[in-house]
Amino acid sequence: MSKATNRRRARTVRTWISAVVIMVWCLLPFYWMVVTSFRDVGYTFDTTPWPTHVTLDNYATALSTHWGNHLGQALLNSLIIGVSVTLIALLVGTVAAYALSRYDFAGKGIVMGAIMGASMFPGVALLTPLFQLFTTIGWMGSYQALIIPEISFVLPLTVYTLVSFLREMPWDLEEAARIDGCTPAQAFRKILLPLAAPAIFTTAILAFISSWNEYLISSQLSSDATQPVTVAIASFTGTLPHQEPYTAVMAAGTIVTVPLVILVLLFQRRIVAGLTAGGVKG
Amino acid sequence: MSTQTLGGARRSGDAPHGGEPPRLGLQDAHRRRVRNAWLLIAPTLVLLAVVIGYPIVSAVIMSLEKDPGLDPATGFFVEGGFAGLSNYSHWLLQQCNSSGGPVPCPPGSLGSQFWPSTFTTLFFTAVTVPLETVLGFWFALIMNRAFRGRALVRTAILVPWAIPTAVTAKLWYFIFAVAGIVNSLLGRQILWTSDAWASRFAIVVIDTWKATPFMALLILAGLQLIPDEIYEAARVDGASTWKTFWTITIPLVRPALIVAILFRILDVLRIYDLPAIFGGGNATATWSILVVQQMRQGANAASALSTIVFLFIFFIAFVFVRFLGADLIGRGQKGKDAS
Repeated sequence: MSKATNRRRARTVRTWISAVVIMVWCLLPFYWMVVTSFRDVGYTFDTTPWPTHVTLDNYATALSTHWGNHLGQALLNSLIIGVSVTLIALLVGTVAAYALSRYDFAGKGIVMGAIMGASMFPGVALLTPLFQLFTTIGWMGSYQALIIPEISFVLPLTVYTLVSFLREMPWDLEEAARIDGCTPAQAFRKILLPLAAPAIFTTAILAFISSWNEYLISSQLSSDATQPVTVAIASFTGTLPHQEPYTAVMAAGTIVTVPLVILVLLFQRRIVAGLTAGGVKG
Repeated sequence: MSTQTLGGARRSGDAPHGGEPPRLGLQDAHRRRVRNAWLLIAPTLVLLAVVIGYPIVSAVIMSLEKDPGLDPATGFFVEGGFAGLSNYSHWLLQQCNSSGGPVPCPPGSLGSQFWPSTFTTLFFTAVTVPLETVLGFWFALIMNRAFRGRALVRTAILVPWAIPTAVTAKLWYFIFAVAGIVNSLLGRQILWTSDAWASRFAIVVIDTWKATPFMALLILAGLQLIPDEIYEAARVDGASTWKTFWTITIPLVRPALIVAILFRILDVLRIYDLPAIFGGGNATATWSILVVQQMRQGANAASALSTIVFLFIFFIAFVFVRFLGADLIGRGQKGKDAS
């Protein structure tokens, strides 16, 4: 009896050690970014593991437009692009996901396959033709030139995440509502939409994050006025020429990442469910 | 009623089973649902056709055309025209244009970088995906155990996933700086961001850090589908932990594992952000980077290259779905019908 208890205790300890190793490996680089972002630029390469020479100067530098950076504008741009892409993908994708999870019909497998295929599409394959097209019609650097290409990967993600969620819906309730005299539209709005709201919300978070993180297309099609945060960070210039502004970049990185980390903390369970819904079926 | 006639008219080709009245009602209802389903899916398909279909078709067309420019033979400016497969042979067979016809691409030109970039891309894929699979499996096994603080681990591993790749690249650029923390800890002066193999190694480490969480979560979802009773039975039968892992866990988690591996392979084959921002020059120039560099020098050759990449990616996906049984659409085909 005590032998079994001992073995279980040893196993728990081993699990805990592994868990701590995993957490440290995942969080340490992020922690290092935050610590450095508060460190005086003169002590950039200080190796003290905790905050030293604490200052907010790096944040002032990161947000300043004096050295040709536009982080504030870039944050706004990423918000505009992310919200637009998410709204379009949800409006169009929700009805498609409803049909794909609700009805059986010939060609459904092909449609699902096409949508999966679309989500695997390499961004560079879209880039050259869009670059040419947007140059010709004068859209280079406009918001629509950044929003439209992102639909190509956010919309498939939206549809297949929602389909795997909606498959689990209690569809009988809709039937019951119809029998009670609801029109299909009413049943959808009053019964199904509230039930599907958590799934739609989760999908919206995933869609927004994937838009927020996009870099390849934005780096080629945006201008200084419309560039999103990823592009702003990658091309960040410092206060001195030929000197990498490490601490200011760490501050900028922290500003860009903190909203996402807050989302993750708040909706950890949902995000995990949404991420895995597309890949694994019960 | 009008909807029924419409539905009937659309499917007038397969009329033979229209006789019995009760079946007719059911069939009409079914037809109406099918038509509604297509109406609801149509906006998505139209939008995807515009944002993906149009670019891919025009990329293929562009890849078969010549770049407009000076004709090497006559010296006149020409407007392109049909190029056959010369843009493809430019990359695959290393044939660059010159006044005397095709010659091997000179060293240093973008054309000559095709095979090196192929090596780099495949190297990243071959090294990071197995690493991420093994580490991801370990993460997943830990998170699948019941212990206090499990939610904490799950939140922690979402952090690398949530940080934008652009920020990740900059963050590790600092960590791998010459005077950075890695060199301080090692007591060395390795040029992680410019030396060929050091920068490749750094990118492998960074990509593994960033992508292992996603892998782990997909594998975890697969692990959670395995009923506890099976493990219980194995323990009663006296199977060792090792044997249980190989004969129960691995086979049962295989479908989720294959999908996760496929997702990661496709992601690494199109990798751009990390090497483009982190650095390493030609040593870390992947296919995607080469396309972007080529885009401004000659859009038609760039289109040919992006088409090669796209065909290769679809070939890999096809192999996985066809021969390894990756179930991407899964139960999507077995959704319930309202009737």
